[in-house]
Amino acid sequence: MAESPYFPDGMPVPLPDQLTADFWEGCAARELRIQRCASCGTHRHVPAPICRACQSFEYTWDVSNGTGRIFSYIVVHHSVHPATDAIVPYNVSVIELDDCGGVLVTSNVVDCSNDDLYVGMPVRVVWEQVDDSLSLYRFTRAGG
Amino acid sequence: MSTSIRDAASIVGIGETDYWKVGRATTGEFELACTAVMRAVEDAGLELSDVDGLCTYTSERSAPIALAPALGLNDLRFVNLYPGGGNAAGGVVHNAALAVAVGAATTIVCYRSLCQGQFQRFGRARAGSGLSAQPMTTSIGGPQAFTAPFGLMSPAQMYALDARRHMHEFGTTSAQFGAVAVTAYANAQRNPRAVMYGRPLTLEQHQESRLIADPYRLFDCCQESDGACAVVVTSSDRAAGLRHPRVLITAGAQGLAAGDGIERQSRPAELWTSAGMMSIARQLYNEAGIGPEDIDVAQVYENFTGQVIMALEDFGFCARGEGGPFVESGAIDWPNGTLPINTSGGNLAEAYIHGLSLVIEAVRQLRGTSTSQVEGAAHCLVVSGPSAPPSSALVLSRG
Repeated sequence: MAESPYFPDGMPVPLPDQLTADFWEGCAARELRIQRCASCGTHRHVPAPICRACQSFEYTWDVSNGTGRIFSYIVVHHSVHPATDAIVPYNVSVIELDDCGGVLVTSNVVDCSNDDLYVGMPVRVVWEQVDDSLSLYRFTRAGG
Repeated sequence: MSTSIRDAASIVGIGETDYWKVGRATTGEFELACTAVMRAVEDAGLELSDVDGLCTYTSERSAPIALAPALGLNDLRFVNLYPGGGNAAGGVVHNAALAVAVGAATTIVCYRSLCQGQFQRFGRARAGSGLSAQPMTTSIGGPQAFTAPFGLMSPAQMYALDARRHMHEFGTTSAQFGAVAVTAYANAQRNPRAVMYGRPLTLEQHQESRLIADPYRLFDCCQESDGACAVVVTSSDRAAGLRHPRVLITAGAQGLAAGDGIERQSRPAELWTSAGMMSIARQLYNEAGIGPEDIDVAQVYENFTGQVIMALEDFGFCARGEGGPFVESGAIDWPNGTLPINTSGGNLAEAYIHGLSLVIEAVRQLRGTSTSQVEGAAHCLVVSGPSAPPSSALVLSRG
């Protein structure tokens, strides 16, 4: 679990809808759920109603083991939202998961200096309790 | 079967207002839109009463239903919106050319006005896109629920992720991004219309400029501007008798690469290091009957400098991954480079009117009236919205 919130109060929080409710409920249970087509098995993230490979509307959810590598990252210095004005610089990192078909997940790498980030860096998921009903997935540097 | 519209339509008039730094326009956006349209029609030697079609962007606030009655236009036979912002500049002109070629209309004005400061607070995160965008509130639904809570909230941030991938895969450097900006600013110093006229930029200044979203620095990002511009499209036969030498719309191409779209984190890996315009480039060159070696000068939409480098690769001016060394070599510099680009100063240094100003600069090159004129320019490429699908592109030619 992340030791302290990565962002201060006032950051936008996700508003679940019919398509994404299962994903966000998974987060509350500290599960990183990734959609998998029930017909052809292709994974997808972010949630979509239909499989891009076979056009099936049927899907299930896999729980990722939460390990992966940094696919790309930025370090934001210029804040565009009041909640981040006081905490720049912060990183946004796109993580390629080791499982679930290697889908890409946008998040942050915490407990790591921005100067130490690199493409390919191994990471694992950590969970941050944002408020009573919401946990968000962040990532931290993994061994190796 | 496909029917070519090669050279069937021409651009015969161009119109611009003054350009200002964002928030500095002294008149309203709608008035600027009207002014630009009137100037383009006048430049063509036509009358407003000749106009029977309007093409613009879905993000255009001065919509045809407001603009046409305000200008007292006659019956319109063709009214068309291309989806998006800067990606649309080539698309609106292409759509106008298609319409003219099949006789749906005879005289179509393509226009864009932009004074974002009159409608929203500059440089803050927005929820949604286009005309429906609103200030970002405390909870956010839709696809942005998977990005905004993690602090990914602006185009500069999103496009910097692609730039980082290009650096990782090909060794592209920040100084190479800077070469694109330095070239644009150098061209703007010869262009009195440019917002950055009188404000040259060195590579050192680029490298010392503040980080916006590392790897992107301030001068890697397009400016935001106030202003409006318009072009008039008619058939090439009719164009031959008008005031200025016609500029042929040799080819247009638009579209969306497989797997590309609004969900940027869901794109196939190869789209992270390209402008997503390879298929558009193929289509464009096929339609034009020429290749990159025939292009004399190019206007390449700069949302951000790295996306220009990726577009130059997509359009075949250098090999995949070689865009950085290509721009650093001087190849894009006026007058001695093999492919001078953004000869007005472009979005970075002339004005950011969502790329229609780049179409106007292409017309100037082919009329021989650019302030950074490429001698004998016969073919000019216009690239609109690299990595901002649905992108579009044009080849314009001297008539």
